Amino acid sequence: MNDQTKIDQDRAERTEKLQGMGCKRKRVEDIRFTQGKGSYVDDLKLPGMLFGDFVRSPHAHARIKSIDTSRAKALPGVVAVLTAADLKPLGLHYMPTLAGDVQAVLAEEKVLFQNQEVAFVIAEDRYIASDATELVDVEYEALPCIVDPFKSMDPDAPILREDIQDKMVGAHGPRKHPNHIFEWTIGDKEATDAVFANADVTIKEMLVDHRTHPSPLETCQSVASFDKVKGELTLWGTFQAPHVIRTVVSLISGLPEHKIHVIAPDIGGGFGNKVGAYAGYVCSVVGSIVLGVPVKWVEDRMENLSTTSFARDYHMTTELAATKDGKIQAMRVHVLADHGAFDACADPSKWPAGFMNICTGSYDIPTAHLAVDGVYTNKASGGVAYRCSFRVTEAVFAIERAVELLAQKLGMDAAELRIKNFIKAEQFPYQSALGWEYDSGDYHTAMKKAMDTIGYKELREEQAKKREAFKRGETRELMGIGISFFTEIVGAGPSKNCDILGIAMFDSAEIRIHPTGSVIARMGTKSQGQGHETTYAQIIATEIGIPADDIMIEEGNTDTAPYGLGTYGSRSTPVAGAATAVAARKIKAKAQMIAAHMLEVHEGDLEWDVDRFRVKGLPEKFKTMKEIAWAAYNSPPPNMEPGLEAVNYYEPPNMTYPFGAYFCVMDIDVDTGVAKTRRFYALDDCGTRINPMIIEGQVHGGLTEAFACAMGQEIRYDEHGNVMGASFMDFFLPTAVETPHWETDHTVTPSPHHPIGAKGVGESPHVGGVPCFSNAVNDAYAFLGAGHIQMPHDAWRLWTVGQKLGLHT
Amino acid sequence: MAKSHIELTINGRKVEALVEPRTLLIHFLREQQNLTGAHIGCDTGHCGACTVEMDDMSVKSCMTFAVQANGANITTIEGMANPDGTLSALQEGFRMMHGLQCGFCTPGMILRAHRLLQENPAPTEDEIRNGIAGNLCRCTGYVNIVKAIQYAAAKINGTPFQEAAE
Repeated sequence: MNDQTKIDQDRAERTEKLQGMGCKRKRVEDIRFTQGKGSYVDDLKLPGMLFGDFVRSPHAHARIKSIDTSRAKALPGVVAVLTAADLKPLGLHYMPTLAGDVQAVLAEEKVLFQNQEVAFVIAEDRYIASDATELVDVEYEALPCIVDPFKSMDPDAPILREDIQDKMVGAHGPRKHPNHIFEWTIGDKEATDAVFANADVTIKEMLVDHRTHPSPLETCQSVASFDKVKGELTLWGTFQAPHVIRTVVSLISGLPEHKIHVIAPDIGGGFGNKVGAYAGYVCSVVGSIVLGVPVKWVEDRMENLSTTSFARDYHMTTELAATKDGKIQAMRVHVLADHGAFDACADPSKWPAGFMNICTGSYDIPTAHLAVDGVYTNKASGGVAYRCSFRVTEAVFAIERAVELLAQKLGMDAAELRIKNFIKAEQFPYQSALGWEYDSGDYHTAMKKAMDTIGYKELREEQAKKREAFKRGETRELMGIGISFFTEIVGAGPSKNCDILGIAMFDSAEIRIHPTGSVIARMGTKSQGQGHETTYAQIIATEIGIPADDIMIEEGNTDTAPYGLGTYGSRSTPVAGAATAVAARKIKAKAQMIAAHMLEVHEGDLEWDVDRFRVKGLPEKFKTMKEIAWAAYNSPPPNMEPGLEAVNYYEPPNMTYPFGAYFCVMDIDVDTGVAKTRRFYALDDCGTRINPMIIEGQVHGGLTEAFACAMGQEIRYDEHGNVMGASFMDFFLPTAVETPHWETDHTVTPSPHHPIGAKGVGESPHVGGVPCFSNAVNDAYAFLGAGHIQMPHDAWRLWTVGQKLGLHT
Repeated sequence: MAKSHIELTINGRKVEALVEPRTLLIHFLREQQNLTGAHIGCDTGHCGACTVEMDDMSVKSCMTFAVQANGANITTIEGMANPDGTLSALQEGFRMMHGLQCGFCTPGMILRAHRLLQENPAPTEDEIRNGIAGNLCRCTGYVNIVKAIQYAAAKINGTPFQEAAE
């Protein structure tokens, strides 16, 4: 073995020992989770802890005539019953929402959606609390309700929000009707209209991204414990953004923020459901403050599905204008957004429709206009980003369905139309017509790789044959090929356009190297299953040369973690991951000075080598990071502060723009409407890949949630505002039997502005997956003249399509 | 409410307790026995996060009264590690194959997989998928859970485990 080979081998061994970026490191979290030793909110048991449960409205819209709590209070074991009358003197019967609206904590004069919180019973255990909710007597006078958002702004529509009836300028400008929330527009309307007026070809379709729910397996829950002597509140909860919750609790309770300790322990999935603040959190806090003992609140599944944070409900009139050879010239979209009874979207403050303006997608569309009208209805509030950045699933669904409809009208292949209109690699950074600067991308390469791998040409040939066979009556099966080429916008975000309640959307990392060379690091984000304890350690390991196994990652305790805006919108890697790298580099810079002092050379004479600084040209003269750590505490250079730690609050200069090419092959039995996914191929480009195993897991999970949304999952209401099917009996969560097998692939286009080039991946598969499934279904029926088929595509609805087309004999 | 006396074995340990007749097994395990590994995900028997083993059967402990467990032999996730405290084949399989993310469904999933392998030591992928259809996972998309169970089956049977090609 020659010297260079030895050196290379030594370096490879040291690199492998680090378990840094790029390796499939096994997860740290799994040691406790596989043994049932995770620590979730409902696992918490405190001395004297009481249990709270809600009395909820059976009506979608009704006036509360009276509330009588006497029978409930008389039940042995019941300690208190809170109503709006108890909260009002404290100013807590309403709470602010992240969208600039207010939301009732407990209904005062009216209820505005079914299952709205009316009273909060606190009892010695959950059984008694539940019993007592049945004993609270509430007299209602039912009122006409609004279920169809298109009727919200009718002249004779009942006014839903009497509390803001006279406030005709909302948080986002003038309101056109008492049931109107906001109008948000962007783009050049005049220019867009002009292009449409003169276009060769146009398409226009109402695309509905229906109401659904993130539905993590663990529901929302909290435990509040107020120490009357110290005047301090400790609040454990299912919080995707614990620091934001602390600030909100301080603002609404008047407790000083330093006396509030918010702790998010292990979280059983979030998917956007656990970003907002809910009545249950507030009531557990009030209960504990009033009673001086800990109060626990745990949602049941029905409450989760029907009250805390639905997603979607976007009704998108989508238009494209193109030349006859298929060059897209303009896009025009109007969205009617059903926000339910309160505007409780969890978007950055200035973005009432989230980042819906990413709806020009992966295409070089020179002119566009988008208008969004938000309205109130008698449904639960929310509008959260369900496994996506803010309204990005909606935006991608609009453009990816629209290009398919355009291809159909032009008689062009849908893949070819996309390729013809892609933003070219050399156009990045790309300024979109609706205001974004896409940081990077290489769409043509990704699309070609995907098409070659899936065998696109052969699939189309097979489909053509199957269609002929169907027409001849030789088969009852329809074959659909779904395509989706999505561009996401994640990693919110730069302070110039992103804040939550006025707090800029930076994120943070604090890293401390101990004298013995092990590490604790804390971030402002909060994992809900993404594996942060594993992956952040990999970033640090690579940056500073300490093995990931010697690095402990801690999140969720607001007393110890630096302030951060939390985990949602795929922002952990783009923002806190960047903060982690920058903080690590600060440590490395100080370590270099210490190493120079130890080796008695100039800093500039040192070079970094995996886990050590060595003298250039003298590789045998080096100091490992572990040795440097000891020296930092034992014998730092003169005039240097001892210690080795750093903190970084990272303000991202731009969002990141992950993209991907997805293909779905589906076979549908026209007589039963049962759709079987034969293949699903997902190529993702999330820039630099920190842990390929975890990325693949994220893609699998996101695709499964996309499959659920597209193929059956829905929160539906009847005409009286009764929520239909708020249990897992009716709400579709795919089991292992229905879930297709996923094929994953990737290209790597690093983000040019991110310290390690990473872009975020957790939500891409959901965003790209929903339109891919819907396109496959639509493609299957397209040759029969079905027109656009709305989601969700469950067997009953697809059977109905066949029925309408006269395909059943 | 009058309480009933029950005697049962949990993870090899004899337990006596007084419970209300309406107390669910999941609440008895989590709140009276401090065994918080099994979770409550849906309250209606659909999600399987509460799955435990009762007398050689998988049961959903949110659909079982504690009094029904009188005289029974119960195993929960806390009793699944090897006697020396190391991870059992299934626990190791879930970690090695990335068969979990948030960890909330994992205890129920492992208990269900355990019963499946007792009844069918070398299941096919289809048999695994059908065998765990009563346990929902929102994070993984099941592909890696299937692999985790295959990994454990191979380890228990002493046969080579080959990860299926993509």
